[in-house]
Amino acid sequence: MAPSKRRNVSAAKPEEPQKSLSRKEMDEKVERILHERRCANEVFDLLELLQAEKERDVLSAVSACSHLFSSLLQRGELRLGHLPKEEDMLAGSYSAEEKYAMFMRHRYNSYVELLVELLEHEAFVVKESSLCALMNFVSTEAQRPLQAVDWDGHCCFPRDLLKAVVRGLLSEKEDTALLISRFQEFLEKDDVRYYTMGAVSDSVGRVMAQAHGVVLPVYQNNVFTLMSNINMPKKEEELRNFLLDRDANREDWKAAKLKEHKRTFERMWLAFLKHKLPSGLYKKVLVVLHDAILPHMSQPTLMIDFLTAAYDIGGAISLLALNGLFVLIHQHNLDYPDFYKKLYNLLDPSVFHVKYRARFFHLANLFLSSSHLPVYLVAAFAKRLSRLALTAPPAALIMILPFICNLIRRHPACRVLIHRPDVTDEPRDDPFLMEEKDPALCHAMESSLWELQTLQKHYHPDVVRVATVINKPLGEQENELSELLELSGYELFERNLQQELKDTVALEFEPVTQLLQGSGGLLDQHFSLE
Amino acid sequence: MGKPQKKKSVADRVRKVKASTEIKNNPFEVKINRKKFDVLGQKTKHDVGLPGVSRSKAIKKRKETLLKEYKLKDKSNKFVDRRIGEYDSQMDPEDKILKRFALERQRTQGKRSIYNLNEDEELTHFGQSLADIEKLNDVVDSDSDSEERGLLSAELTASHFGGGGGLLRKKAPGESGDEGSQKPKSRQELIEELILKSKQEKRERQTQKEESQELTEKLDQDWKSIQGLLAHKTPKAERKELEEKPKPDEYDMTVRELAFEMKAQPSERMKTQEELAREERDRLQKLEADRQRRMQGDTEEDSTTKQTYLSADDLNDGFLLNKDDQRMLSYHDGKWNLEDEVEKEEEDAEGDDEGDDKEEEDDDGDDNSGEEAEEEEDIDGESGHSDLESDKDSEQEGGDEEGPAGEEAPTKPCSSLSEEEKLALQEAARAELPYTFVAPESYSELKSLLHGHTTEEQCLIVDRIQKCNHPSLGMGNKLKLQKLFDFLLEYVGELATRCPPELSTVNKLVPQLYALCQLFPNAACKAMQTLLSDSAHDMAETLEVKGRTALPGLDMLIYLKITALLFPTSDFRHPVTTPAMVYISQLLTKSHVSSLEEVTSGLALCCLTVEYVTLSQRFVPELINFLLGILHLAVPNKRSIGYCLVPPFRLSGKNCNLLVVQNMAHTESWSRKRLPLSGVQGLKLKDELEKDHYRLSSLTTCLDLVKRCTLLYKSLPSFSHIFQSIRILLAKHLPIEGHPRFIQDLHREVLEAVSVPSVLQPPLVFSKRKPIPLKLFTPKIVEVLDYGKKRGSSKQERERERLKHKYKREFKGALREIRKDTKFLATEKLTEVMERDAERKRKVKELFGSLATQEGEWKALKRRKK
Repeated sequence: MAPSKRRNVSAAKPEEPQKSLSRKEMDEKVERILHERRCANEVFDLLELLQAEKERDVLSAVSACSHLFSSLLQRGELRLGHLPKEEDMLAGSYSAEEKYAMFMRHRYNSYVELLVELLEHEAFVVKESSLCALMNFVSTEAQRPLQAVDWDGHCCFPRDLLKAVVRGLLSEKEDTALLISRFQEFLEKDDVRYYTMGAVSDSVGRVMAQAHGVVLPVYQNNVFTLMSNINMPKKEEELRNFLLDRDANREDWKAAKLKEHKRTFERMWLAFLKHKLPSGLYKKVLVVLHDAILPHMSQPTLMIDFLTAAYDIGGAISLLALNGLFVLIHQHNLDYPDFYKKLYNLLDPSVFHVKYRARFFHLANLFLSSSHLPVYLVAAFAKRLSRLALTAPPAALIMILPFICNLIRRHPACRVLIHRPDVTDEPRDDPFLMEEKDPALCHAMESSLWELQTLQKHYHPDVVRVATVINKPLGEQENELSELLELSGYELFERNLQQELKDTVALEFEPVTQLLQGSGGLLDQHFSLE
Repeated sequence: MGKPQKKKSVADRVRKVKASTEIKNNPFEVKINRKKFDVLGQKTKHDVGLPGVSRSKAIKKRKETLLKEYKLKDKSNKFVDRRIGEYDSQMDPEDKILKRFALERQRTQGKRSIYNLNEDEELTHFGQSLADIEKLNDVVDSDSDSEERGLLSAELTASHFGGGGGLLRKKAPGESGDEGSQKPKSRQELIEELILKSKQEKRERQTQKEESQELTEKLDQDWKSIQGLLAHKTPKAERKELEEKPKPDEYDMTVRELAFEMKAQPSERMKTQEELAREERDRLQKLEADRQRRMQGDTEEDSTTKQTYLSADDLNDGFLLNKDDQRMLSYHDGKWNLEDEVEKEEEDAEGDDEGDDKEEEDDDGDDNSGEEAEEEEDIDGESGHSDLESDKDSEQEGGDEEGPAGEEAPTKPCSSLSEEEKLALQEAARAELPYTFVAPESYSELKSLLHGHTTEEQCLIVDRIQKCNHPSLGMGNKLKLQKLFDFLLEYVGELATRCPPELSTVNKLVPQLYALCQLFPNAACKAMQTLLSDSAHDMAETLEVKGRTALPGLDMLIYLKITALLFPTSDFRHPVTTPAMVYISQLLTKSHVSSLEEVTSGLALCCLTVEYVTLSQRFVPELINFLLGILHLAVPNKRSIGYCLVPPFRLSGKNCNLLVVQNMAHTESWSRKRLPLSGVQGLKLKDELEKDHYRLSSLTTCLDLVKRCTLLYKSLPSFSHIFQSIRILLAKHLPIEGHPRFIQDLHREVLEAVSVPSVLQPPLVFSKRKPIPLKLFTPKIVEVLDYGKKRGSSKQERERERLKHKYKREFKGALREIRKDTKFLATEKLTEVMERDAERKRKVKELFGSLATQEGEWKALKRRKK
């Protein structure tokens, strides 16, 4: 906490010495309030300090107050149950004891409000300490509920307080990712997680309803950060870590049941995904969808709508939606009509340039690994991929050429693409129709992979190596793709650099006289040395 | 001596043979070496061993060598008794004497010369040859003892003639007896006669001698009287001779010179212009062929290695009888095609030497410049200019070694300096420049060296640094120059990033970089790789953060261009140019174009890319995508387009109309101009007019690049698909009405090139496989080396293995021998000691015995006394 230290030093300059209380003084004050009820009014000083400008003051006030109120809570000196308004309190006929409790309860409430406000403070230290203080109260309140114990078990959990915290976390103005990551440690507690999920779905419903279909990038981003930080348990037995310690109630307590957890989780996500998302967030959701969301839903098929919608958007989002769809098709018996046709149409020059190339081709490899696919389809894929390879960077080419070869290996009927000995004598134009959307009609089977022949003249030696494979009958063994999928341009560059020198380096033999000479002086023709 | 020994040895051999057969039949003497398997037709030497025999042989050998050595240890010399039969007890003393005498005779009678037939024997007297004595007419014989001597000699001769040698007497004892009985009468007379004669002769001789002595004395006196007369002349004549001798005749001298002069060697004929040109062409062709080979790359290399001839009997088991260096006999124009091969080898060797040659060349250049520098210092300004010239010259020489363009090109930058004013300026400036420079140790050092100098001076400085620190001049120079290359590269980058960029300086520094690169290819490669990887790393980082990168700055463009200048771009795989291409591809696929500056940078990059693949005609998809994107920027109406763009370009967006001409009226005043490279850093376009002009220029460049691409890729099977999008864009969406005529023409040309109906392609088939030869049952032959089966892959490794094995075996053998030797010596020593002890014991016993007898005698005496 270097920055805070610096601030401490700067704050040490006595600008307003009368206002800022030292830590010691504050501690004394807290002790006084706790022991002598006469001094109760001094709590206002502390609360005032919470709104001070200096971080140091705020910080010490937060800690002092949290100490104060948590000990009050522990002692049970706060008013339980229904709380009359402050004005009514004076008017009403209450004993002094009751009045004191009510007074302190009001102070406690205002303190909590101030803390929630502090969650939007500009200094992270303050945010963090107020969050901790709040969560501290959550746990204390959970132990000693302020409300009378209801017949329903879960009522004793301070849901309102948690809701306030969640509201503070899900800011509409600024990115609270850091704070949320701090909050994550509290999410370890199963009941906190359960109630947080409820609070999130509430918050999303409320805020998005107000937005009337307008995208709120910051807010939605925060929501997503919080939601993606939720780690769902996999088994019922894992639900053990509770803030609330009530063994008796566990039987009918919702927070103790995995099913309920799943249901809340599902509700939360559906509430979130129901609304329109900014495209960046779409990608983020889709990236985590298949392994962080789908397995924890009670009814994953509810995601179908979202996924099909995403799949239809096109571009990178479609590519990412593939993964979720695959899980649904594979594990939940989703019947997706024209899946391969859509997949075929997903292939355009950008697939070799997008960030999710590795994931896409990993899935495409999975989808096309079935040996029950019709030959025309596989041929269409192979031909389209090789046509697209004419625009691909070398790192992608090194991956895609073995991919195509694997397709041909798996479906020996596709061998005509690279070996058509019967009609050798008549050269012809390529019958393949690139623009045709339907793989059945694109005449891929009548074509040959001349593109690979073209790529044998590629500038990169490794590409040439993998492209020349088609000159000979392909071996039985399929190429291992997993290493190639992730290959980036930079890695390729590094690889080329690391090849050690055999002997002396070959040198240009034409002597150099000018910078722009050489190779027909092309650079000289178009550029001047100015 | 030889004969009996021979006899003995023969006898020995007989005995030995007998013994060996006996031994061989004796099962206790034979050790049979078990064989693992029988090999048909193999002759085995060592199937049966005779350990006893070999041991005894070894012991015998040791006795002859080691034992003798041992006996002679610590003795500096030895006594060799060569007397015949001294230790031979079987020989009679008679025989002994006879033999000794015969040897004596042989020694004296040994023929001096085989041609000397007469003098078989030389007669001697008192060990002196008689012939010598006769020749020596003793002059100084005194008269006093002549009588005696005469008598004595007479007696002696008489005894000699009469008695003769022992040999004569022995040979014919009977004869000698007969002669002795006949001669006694005449002998007396003879002797007297002889004495008389000799006396007479003596007297005669004496008188004669006296006469001659008198005569000589007289002559001497005469000579002395004449000598005074001659005294004047003779020394002169002598002197003349002396003088003449050291100064031989000129003619002689020339003759001798001519004789000893080196015979005119058949020198290499001056090459005609034609031949020079042809040689140059050959060299270039070779280099080009080399380049082509590298361009074909691995795939082709594989096929060439596979094309080695297989005989019909080949089993396909990897065994080759003929090694690689064996060539197939081939014919060329009806002649054996041997020369080609030889030439090739030579050329290869030349290629290797090239570097060295160049170094030498540079050395020469060094010397030249050094001399020139000296001259410069003491003379005038003209020679001052020569320094630059000489540098250029030396460079040119280097260049001549390297390539053809060296002759014309490097002089060009020089020619611009010919104006007198410039010359004067330069001289003034150069006068301040030191002639030697220490190689910079750090980049900042180099920068401070070059700081504040003009372009030419900077070049000169770098040149001088290079010359002063030539690798042949010192140990650490190589490293220094390698560093210099790094620093220069960095400097070039900095020059390019300056505002405005000093590209003309960069332009002048490029040849220096080239020269350094030729000196240290590997270091240059490393430096370039580091540069590339650094900027690629930066790019990868920004990619991760932002998802896109900016187009490269001018420095990176310059680096990429320099890469293309220093290294061959057409290689199939090259440690520098391949990564550079990948880097360019990354740039072309990941960077967004959002300003005219970036358009400039992108177009420059495209130009570079086209240059990279011009020679190899390789396909670069990114280039086509990028050009399409740039053209798309010039399309005003973005709706309902029939082509699809490839990322990073988008159909519509912020900077989508970057190249759309805003005001058509501006097109009229446009004239074609080259884009400035500095535009990459920032354009200073004042108003819409200039901007529109710039847009038109960019469009022209882009169209021209497309045209070049169509030319490059014409032969590709998917030509029409590659250019489909561009075709649609050009035909339907790019408005060219109202554009200048030049652009319209260009547009038409490109459109025509692009819409060439695609060549009909035959369907793909696998390339035909070569038939696999039938398997024949020729045995597989495995080379068996000293140490068994083939171990180690390369020739060197095998040789090493062999030597190791050999060493091990030899070591073991030597160790065994040494052990046996010591054992033998130990037994010898032991026996010696034992013998000595036995001797001592015997002697002691003897002593005791004698003492005992003495004692006994003494006692007996005592007893007797009693």
